[in-house]
Amino acid sequence: MEIEVLFFAALREKLGLSRLRCAVPTDVQTVLELRGWLAGRDALWTEALAPERRIRVALDQRLVQDDAALHEGAEVAFFPPVTGG
Amino acid sequence: MPVRVQTGPIDIGREIEALHRRQSSVGAIASFIGTVREVNAVDGASQSVSSLTLEHYPGMTEKALAEICAEAAGRFEVIDTLVVHRVGELLPADAIVLVVVLSAHRAEAFAACEFIMDYLKTRAPFWKKEQTPAGPRWVDARSGDDAAAQRWRQP
Repeated sequence: MEIEVLFFAALREKLGLSRLRCAVPTDVQTVLELRGWLAGRDALWTEALAPERRIRVALDQRLVQDDAALHEGAEVAFFPPVTGG
Repeated sequence: MPVRVQTGPIDIGREIEALHRRQSSVGAIASFIGTVREVNAVDGASQSVSSLTLEHYPGMTEKALAEICAEAAGRFEVIDTLVVHRVGELLPADAIVLVVVLSAHRAEAFAACEFIMDYLKTRAPFWKKEQTPAGPRWVDARSGDDAAAQRWRQP
């Protein structure tokens, strides 16, 4: 499954990356599983995406819960809690 | 129910007038303007802020704001709403956000305006980064904002 992953704000800076196209393995079905899979890339990613970190997820530009299901061509964004207004 | 994200300053008077257009059914206009504070508290200590940079998620931001306004229109008797939010670099005292609600009566206008801000604070994908004498720092989300949004869910 090919998806597009975006990162914003402090998370984008920490990873040094704003956008990543990736082919995810078939056992990665939800946004939480995607976060876990990405965290396995290296030590930097493990630290940035550690489970205790408060990170919000959007799927196709809508805020979702951890169990939201991925699909081919999905746009997934990870970011810190928002601070606008 | 226009929503807009822009880098330039917000012309508050013109925005309100353009939304109002002297519509005769409007009896109340409530507005909220969020501005850049020159001093912010960090871990209990105050720190001066020389500028603020706002990042957002183009595409999702506009959708989130439009959804929030649609939800406000479903809950309250509003005639129209407007949200203008700045991104990019801002200076102390600059307006960050303008929310305007037109209604027949003030109670609904005030409530809808507050509802829109409470939801914007927790759902619209904006992030603030402050420039301080100690260097740049990303602003932390406040738990009070979550609580403010949560109270609208109670029956």
